[in-house]
Amino acid sequence: MNATFTGRTLDRLAPGESAVVHAIGGDRPFRLRLLELGLVPGTVVVCVGRSPLGDPLRFRVRDAVIGLRRADAVHVQLRSDA
Amino acid sequence: MNAVGTPEPTVLLVGPPNAGKSTLFNRVTGASAATSNVVGTTVALEQAWSRLGDQTVRFLDLPGTASLAAASPDEAVTVQAVRTQLGAGDPGVALVVLDGPRLARSLYLALQVLELGVPTVVAVNLMDEAREAGRVPDIAALQDVLGVPVVGVSARRGEGIDALRDALTAALADPDAVRGRDLVDWPDTVRASVEALAPAGGADAAWVRWALLSEPVATSETHVGQVPWDAVLAARAQEDVGPAMIAARYAWIDARAAGLLQDGETEDATARRTDAVDRFLLHPVSGTLVFLGLMWLVFWGLFAGADPLVGFVEEVFGWVGSGVSAWFDARIAAWPAAEGWLSLLQGLLVDGVIAGVGGVVVFVPQIALLFLWLGVLEDVGYLSRASALMDRVLRAAGLPGKAFVPLLSGFACAVPAILATRTMPRFRDRLLTMLVLPLTSCSARLPVYALMIGALFPATLAGWPIPVRPTVMFGMYVLSTVVTLLAAVVLARTVVPGDASASVLELPPYRLPDPRSVLRTVFRRTGDFLHEAGRVILVATIVLWALLTFPRYAPEDVVPPDVLAEAVARGEDLASVAAPYQLRHSIAGQMGQAMEPFTEPVGFTWKTDIALIGAFAAREVFVGTLGIVYGIEEADEESGSLRDAIRSDTRADGTAAYTPRVGLSIMVFFAFAMQCLSTLAVLRKETGGWRWPVFITVVTFGMAYGGSLIVYQGLGLLGWA
Repeated sequence: MNATFTGRTLDRLAPGESAVVHAIGGDRPFRLRLLELGLVPGTVVVCVGRSPLGDPLRFRVRDAVIGLRRADAVHVQLRSDA
Repeated sequence: MNAVGTPEPTVLLVGPPNAGKSTLFNRVTGASAATSNVVGTTVALEQAWSRLGDQTVRFLDLPGTASLAAASPDEAVTVQAVRTQLGAGDPGVALVVLDGPRLARSLYLALQVLELGVPTVVAVNLMDEAREAGRVPDIAALQDVLGVPVVGVSARRGEGIDALRDALTAALADPDAVRGRDLVDWPDTVRASVEALAPAGGADAAWVRWALLSEPVATSETHVGQVPWDAVLAARAQEDVGPAMIAARYAWIDARAAGLLQDGETEDATARRTDAVDRFLLHPVSGTLVFLGLMWLVFWGLFAGADPLVGFVEEVFGWVGSGVSAWFDARIAAWPAAEGWLSLLQGLLVDGVIAGVGGVVVFVPQIALLFLWLGVLEDVGYLSRASALMDRVLRAAGLPGKAFVPLLSGFACAVPAILATRTMPRFRDRLLTMLVLPLTSCSARLPVYALMIGALFPATLAGWPIPVRPTVMFGMYVLSTVVTLLAAVVLARTVVPGDASASVLELPPYRLPDPRSVLRTVFRRTGDFLHEAGRVILVATIVLWALLTFPRYAPEDVVPPDVLAEAVARGEDLASVAAPYQLRHSIAGQMGQAMEPFTEPVGFTWKTDIALIGAFAAREVFVGTLGIVYGIEEADEESGSLRDAIRSDTRADGTAAYTPRVGLSIMVFFAFAMQCLSTLAVLRKETGGWRWPVFITVVTFGMAYGGSLIVYQGLGLLGWA
C-alpha cells in the first residue's frame, strides 16, 4: 500500500495496456459505484478497447468488461504499470 | 400480501445483472406458474406462484444489481423488498443468484445480503458456462465459507433445479438454520463508525453499513433500522468510511477467491472470445455497418415476417364483423318494429367496436415481433454494445449514458420509459431524458406507419433492388432517433442546461439467448400493450363512433335532391346512398371539416382530421377511427380491408385522398406530435406539475405541423402527386 500516484489516469491507458488502481476521485455516487464494481485500490485494470466514436473506453476489471466515458475515466488514478 | 391471516412464504431472487436470474426465475417456478407484474412498484417486477413441498410459495424477481447500496429510489427496491418481505418474522428466503464464471465479482452482493441476517440460499448459476471457461466454482468450499446452503445450477439447461427446489423447501422449513451472518473482517475505522451508531450490532449494524454507502434520496424513510438518517449523514461526512467498507469486502473475497475454484485461479477462456467479438462489433467500420444492418433487418422482419399474420388477423376480424352483422340482419328481419335500435346497435358493434379495435389489433403481430427482436438482442448481449456505439452521440446531445435504456424502452412505450428514468440520481438528467422521450418512436406509432406504408407504398420499385416498405419504415425510425437527439441538443443548451453526470456501462459476455425467457417476455409485454391500449382504444372508439353517427338524419335531409332522385329511380338502398352524407353531417364530420382549411397545406382531408382528433387520446386510435369512418361510409359494401378503403378514397376534385406524399406527411406528423394522454399524465406526475408537459406538447405539435408542411410542400415542388 506504499505505492504512490504516478500522475497517470485511466483515460490514458492504451488498448491492451494494464495498470493498477491507486485511488478514485469524482463525485461520491460515481466513486462508490466504481469501487463497488471492484475498482478498489490495488486492483488490476486492462484497457480492452475503444468505441468507434472514441467513447466509451472499455476496461476489463475482475472478469467483467465495463465502459467508461473518457471524461469519467480521468477520475481513476493509477498506481504504476502492472 | 395475501388477504387471509397467514402470509404465504416468499422467495426473493437477488442477483447481479446478466447472471441469468430471470431464466432461473422461469425455471424454478416452472413453465406453468402464474406470473404477474407487481403493482405499485416503479420498476417492473415479476412474481410467480409455485408449489414447494406441501405449500404454495410466491417467487419475486428483483432487478439485477451489483450491490444493495442505492443512489436513487429505484435502486433501493431490492433492499426495501428484503426489509418488508423478510423483516418482521414473515416466512421467506432470499435466493442469491451468483454468476458462476465470474464468481468472485458477484460474491460482493452475496456478502451484503448475508450481513442482513435473513434466511438465505445461494444458487451459483451458469455452471455450464463456467465449465466452458475452465473456471468451475467449488460448491462445497463455497458453502463452507458462506455458512448457508449453496447449489450449483445451470438455469438454461435445467441442471440442478430439483436440488435448488429441495434446498429452498428445507430452508423454509427451518429458516433459522440458514440465516446469513456478517463474515467480513472490518477495519477498526469502519467498526468504530458503525458501533457509534448501532451499538447492538447485528441487523442494525448491517443497515447502518448499507446507509453509509447509499444516498438519503434512495429511501422515503427518515431512519435506517433504529438509526436516524441525520446521524448516518453526520458519520458519512466525518470520514470517508464507505471506501474502507468496500475495500474490506473485496479483501475478504480476494483472500478466498482462488480457493473457491476447483482448479484455482486460471484465465477465463471465454474472455478472449468476447474481446475478439467486441473488436469486430465495436470497430469503427464493421461495428457501425453491423449496427445499421441489424436495425434494418429488424424492420425488414416487421414486414416480411409479420405480413402473413397481419393478413390472418385482418381476415378473422372481417369474418367476425360479417358474422355479427348477419346475425343482426336476421334479427331485424324477424322484428321489423325494433329496426331502429337494432341497426344502431349493429352499427356500434360492427362499425365501432369491431372495426375500431380490429384496426389496431391487426398490428399486434408486428408489435410482438418488435419485442421479440429487442428481447433477443438484449439476451445475446448486443444491446449494451449498441449502447456503447451510441454513447458518444448521447454525450454530444448532453444526455447521460444512463439515458440509453430509457430511450430504448421508448421504442416500446414512453410511459415505462419515463418511469425508467428514475434510476438517474440527478433531476437535470431525468428532465432532459423525459422531455425528449415522447419523440422516440413508440409502438403506438407502428400501426399508423404500418397502415400508411402498407396501403400507399409499393412492395418494390422497378429498377430498385431494395424492398420499399421496410426501408420507408426504417427511415421513419432513423428520423425519429435523429430528431430525438437533436431535440436533446437544443434543450440541453436552452431550457435544461448543464453537463450529463458520470455513469458506468456494463458489457456482459455474449451468450445464446434462452428461447423460453425471451418468449415469456414477449408474451408479457405484448399482453401489457393490449391491456393498456385496449382500454383506451375501446373507450375512444365508442366515443368516436357516437360522434361519427349522431345526429341521425333522414336521407332526404342530407342527400342532394338530384342524387336522391337518381337513386330512387334506380331502386338503390337509400341508407347506403345516404351514409357518406350522414358522415359529413355528423358531429365529428363537422369538426373535421372545420379543421380542414388548417390542414390543407399539409395534405390532410377532413376524414384524416377526424382521426387526428381521436389520436390525441392515443396514437393508435387514429387507425381505429379511420376504420370506423370507412366502416360507416361503406355501409353496404363487402367489408374490405382498411388498406383498400384508404387507397380508393378520393378528394372533392376526384384525385386520390391518400398518396405516398400524403402518407409521408401523416407519418412525419405522428413521428413528432405528443399524442398520448397517458404520457402527459406520467410527465405531470414525474415533473411535479403541468409546466413541462404543456411545454413539450406545444413544442412537439409545432414540430409536427412544421415537419409535415416541409414534407408535403417540398415533395409537391418535386412533382409528387
